[in-house]
Amino acid sequence: MAETTTSALSPEIQAAVNADTKTQLDDGVEKRVPLLLGDPSFNDVTEIVCRPVEWTVPRAWYIFFGCAAMLLGVLVLSTAYLFWEGTGIWGLNNPVSWGWAIVNFVFWVGIGHAGTLISAILFLLRQKWRTSINRFAEAMTIFAVMCALLFPTIHVGRVWLLYYVFPLPNQMAMWPNFRSPLLWDVFAVTIYGTVSIVFWYTGLIPDLATLRDRAKTRVRRIVYGIFSLGWRGSARHWQHYEKAYGMLAGLATPLVLSVHSVVSFDFAVAQLPGWHTTIFPPYFVAGAIYSGFGMVITLMVIARKLFGLERIVTLRHFDNMAKITLLTGSIVGYAYSMEFFIAWYSGNPYETFTFINRAFGPYAWAYWIMVTCNVIVPQIFWFKKARTHMGVLFVVSILVNVGMWFERFVIVASSLSRDFLPSSWDYFSPTIWDIAAFVGSFGLFFFMFSLFVRFLPMVSMAEVKTVLPKADPHHGHHDDDHGDDHHGDDHDHGDDDAKEEEE
Amino acid sequence: MASSNSPSKSFGALAEFDGAASLVSACEKVRDAKYRKWDAHSPFPIHGIEDAMGIPPSKLGYVVFVVGLTGASAGLLLQWWTNAVDYPFIISGKPLFSWQAFVPVCFELMVLFSAFACFFGMLHFNKLPQLYHSLFRSERFERVTDDKFFISIESADPRFDEVKTVQFLKDIGATHVELVEE
Repeated sequence: MAETTTSALSPEIQAAVNADTKTQLDDGVEKRVPLLLGDPSFNDVTEIVCRPVEWTVPRAWYIFFGCAAMLLGVLVLSTAYLFWEGTGIWGLNNPVSWGWAIVNFVFWVGIGHAGTLISAILFLLRQKWRTSINRFAEAMTIFAVMCALLFPTIHVGRVWLLYYVFPLPNQMAMWPNFRSPLLWDVFAVTIYGTVSIVFWYTGLIPDLATLRDRAKTRVRRIVYGIFSLGWRGSARHWQHYEKAYGMLAGLATPLVLSVHSVVSFDFAVAQLPGWHTTIFPPYFVAGAIYSGFGMVITLMVIARKLFGLERIVTLRHFDNMAKITLLTGSIVGYAYSMEFFIAWYSGNPYETFTFINRAFGPYAWAYWIMVTCNVIVPQIFWFKKARTHMGVLFVVSILVNVGMWFERFVIVASSLSRDFLPSSWDYFSPTIWDIAAFVGSFGLFFFMFSLFVRFLPMVSMAEVKTVLPKADPHHGHHDDDHGDDHHGDDHDHGDDDAKEEEE
Repeated sequence: MASSNSPSKSFGALAEFDGAASLVSACEKVRDAKYRKWDAHSPFPIHGIEDAMGIPPSKLGYVVFVVGLTGASAGLLLQWWTNAVDYPFIISGKPLFSWQAFVPVCFELMVLFSAFACFFGMLHFNKLPQLYHSLFRSERFERVTDDKFFISIESADPRFDEVKTVQFLKDIGATHVELVEE
């Protein structure tokens, strides 16, 4: 329970955390708090991160896992019924043939993108703060992509014919049409999932070796031993390893941008008013990062508390994440207004109608939920107090994802339900099975996530150790003024300069 | 240890160091003493240790480049063969070989091939997976993935000498030196 988990911090450390928290609230840019609180040693980092994997699991975990498993059961049952009966059980109708399945697909792919942004793009930009949260965010990416891939898969209806989308020689002597964005999407999302797993596993190898070397039972030693591939921290190995890691980051960066651009092509290449716009790729990518950071914050607020990660995931991390949320939320807001402007400026009557219809038509309720959650709510992050307050962060991050789900719903449903010809218009309402599949997908996501925090290190130990001042081989020269916070900061800058010179 | 009747083979000497700084300066001395079959071990990558050890830069980048180009070419070939040659059909009045539409899939396949090349290339260069290694016999070595730093010099090295090498490692700042059996 909660008492057993919070007692992880000894009184002195708790005092240090509190003191750091205080300075954190009134620091300037020059005098920033350290990334890690209480000046942890290498061993401290190992202990803090390994603890949730090795110690008796809190009862809260079992409750959480049980709930997730039940929701997963809902998904399995609703999917089984769907396969038996067909997509008619959903609320799909003649104009709105995409419905919630595609809304959910875009929603989940989007959530995944923040993980890759943190692990790859911030790595290339040498943002040291990413080391505390990248493993966690990458895990989120993988599970989100699993949920995302589920929806187009079950949406094809006759799921046993799914192999049509792959270029496999078949008895009909037919090939898929590579001039369709829907096929690009098959490649983009499956490859994105695969590359994310490769990247994640590469990062895990040294940490799995740590768990192997600390294992108390034979089973753990063998299982972690196999998955750590015999890693022994060799400098000759680290050299190739770092090269591979850097290149994977370099590959994942354009990949993540391409994936959501391709997802947006599913819409933008169609000729439907409200979909057929060139702003879609950047607008979708910004929205994806926005929703993904929302999800990282939601999960991290809980995990940090539950597993006692306060020293490694500090307020500075939340502060930075909230800033990115504010930035991308504002980009999304800009895109909304620009869509309206272009609808008017283009002089296209269908486009103009579509946007007026979005804001004041039958889906106005969804539209205004979207605007409130995505444009207005994140503006609270202009205030530092809000960016570093756990309660505010938690509530806002959930609203962010509510808003982003509604964004995709507005795009899919409002455009499809009222296209060019009024005689073909129809209103979309979900059935219980739409809701079951969506809620069930959260079951899948949280089921995987519970297993992840239980059996794998949720912070990259090897990477966090590299950002400690002691990890720098030249650190010893300054030993006299060791422990001085300000000195630590100077040192950080010096290290950054050195890295830039190397490049 | 059963090294009293000497034919028992030893893998080499394992020296423990306190921190990254002492490991790097010790590496420079081992390099200058012209040892060849040796290695440094640390819980995390240390910047500048390649120079201190005198190991050449990784060639992984060239491998990934070639494999990535292969991926992109394979993607183009696949799309050309399937949509323009083997099963030609006109859609939206576009040319059969409309290369612009083939760019996304070529790019994705380039990334896929390159990512696999990164991962498997790294394993190949590192000769991993290698689930057993003589160094795992050492109890102290378990902390290499936690907070300790090591240098291992193999007995296969022509300059290796059970007495002199151990003394040498102590002289360059090792806090503890042991001989590890094969």
